[in-house]
Amino acid sequence: MTKVTLNLAARFIILVLVQVLIFNQIDFMGYINPYVYILFIILFPANNNRTLFVFLAFLLGFSVDVFSDSGGVHAAACVTLAYIRPVFLKFSFGTIYDYQSIKFNQTDFSSKLTYFTALVFIHHLVMFSLEIFNISKIILILQKTLFSGIFTIILCLIITILFSQKRK
Amino acid sequence: MQQIINFVLRNKTFLVFLLLLGLSLFFTIQSHSYHKSKFINSSNVITGTVYKTANNVSQYFNLIKENKALLEENRMLKTIVHNLDVDTMTSDLQDSLKLNANYKFRTASVYKNSYSQSTNYLTINKGKKDSIKVDYGVITSQGIVGIIENTSQNFSSVLSILNTRSRINAQLKKTNHIGSLVWNTESPEFAQLIDISKFAPVAIGDTIITGGQSTIFPKGILIGTVNSYKIDSGGDSYIVNVKLFNDMTNIGHVYVIENLQAAEIKSLQKPKND
Repeated sequence: MTKVTLNLAARFIILVLVQVLIFNQIDFMGYINPYVYILFIILFPANNNRTLFVFLAFLLGFSVDVFSDSGGVHAAACVTLAYIRPVFLKFSFGTIYDYQSIKFNQTDFSSKLTYFTALVFIHHLVMFSLEIFNISKIILILQKTLFSGIFTIILCLIITILFSQKRK
Repeated sequence: MQQIINFVLRNKTFLVFLLLLGLSLFFTIQSHSYHKSKFINSSNVITGTVYKTANNVSQYFNLIKENKALLEENRMLKTIVHNLDVDTMTSDLQDSLKLNANYKFRTASVYKNSYSQSTNYLTINKGKKDSIKVDYGVITSQGIVGIIENTSQNFSSVLSILNTRSRINAQLKKTNHIGSLVWNTESPEFAQLIDISKFAPVAIGDTIITGGQSTIFPKGILIGTVNSYKIDSGGDSYIVNVKLFNDMTNIGHVYVIENLQAAEIKSLQKPKND
């Protein structure tokens, strides 16, 4: 077990617990909850084995599903997110970075914001569509996606800024 | 053969993705059908223990409200007891063990409650060990909460009335017009009573109670009051917006109701084959 693996395992467990015990209970304005646990997928090292990454994303979503009695909606959204992430890595960070070796705390703020926004909205859209599961309520789906998405993006940015220690 | 293996190896990420996506969609669809969400629910050992630990801390924050609710309930019960006719009390004074009761009540604490999704569940701290079974009703002193959907040894998950899959038999208090209580996901304060005949004298402020038609809830458990009503698109029934008595966003302790005659009633209603 290398230090990186241990670090990732700890991040997995802590994010799931924080999500189900704190962020799932916020219910701001009645229904707006941030889904901060996808930080695990967003910040997963890009140079790793992709198959393993998709599988870990499934496990992450599945754990949150078990806690929140939501069937498989988080799992489906996470798997989709993990599978299409490389597209958005290229899209937001461009070819300046060799995308195999991105260090997320060294990238500039605007490309990070684009990257976060794209991934968060995709995850939320898949998740709420599956959760509500009713095409006639498309307005409700988009509304929830927008509001929860903004909340998630803000919290994700705050968390990454707080926990990115500058190496001396 | 070589080519097939090469194909699988080349596209293994995509195949794993498809497989896992299919699996999660299967779980999602399964969770939408009643009594089939057996695999994934929060009444298992791991989630139950985690929620129990968290509840041990968070329950203190609601103690004042809980105490007030208990006091209010005690006041109500005392009013009933002290207003009973003394003669009937002494003549019928019975040992509670021999009492020919139809319903048995058990208490439980809520470990987890949600109300912001479209399919909401609660997790309570009693399970098979405490003889809790599927399809028992769950209420608080103010009104109904839901129906037990899954049980494990120590925990149970409750299908909240704030769930698009929930459908509960309900009626007007003043007449016997029945309907079904459903939820349109819009607000945790309101549920909707549908299929109620347009000949029913519905008025704003009327009380809605559970009907005695199901074997889950006794007749007369409070649900809420009529907030507004309209004729539905079919034109022959009302859709009534019901303001719930229960604050579904703040539920600490609940009662689980067992109908001791449920099996008998069900066997009677079952169509006979021979």
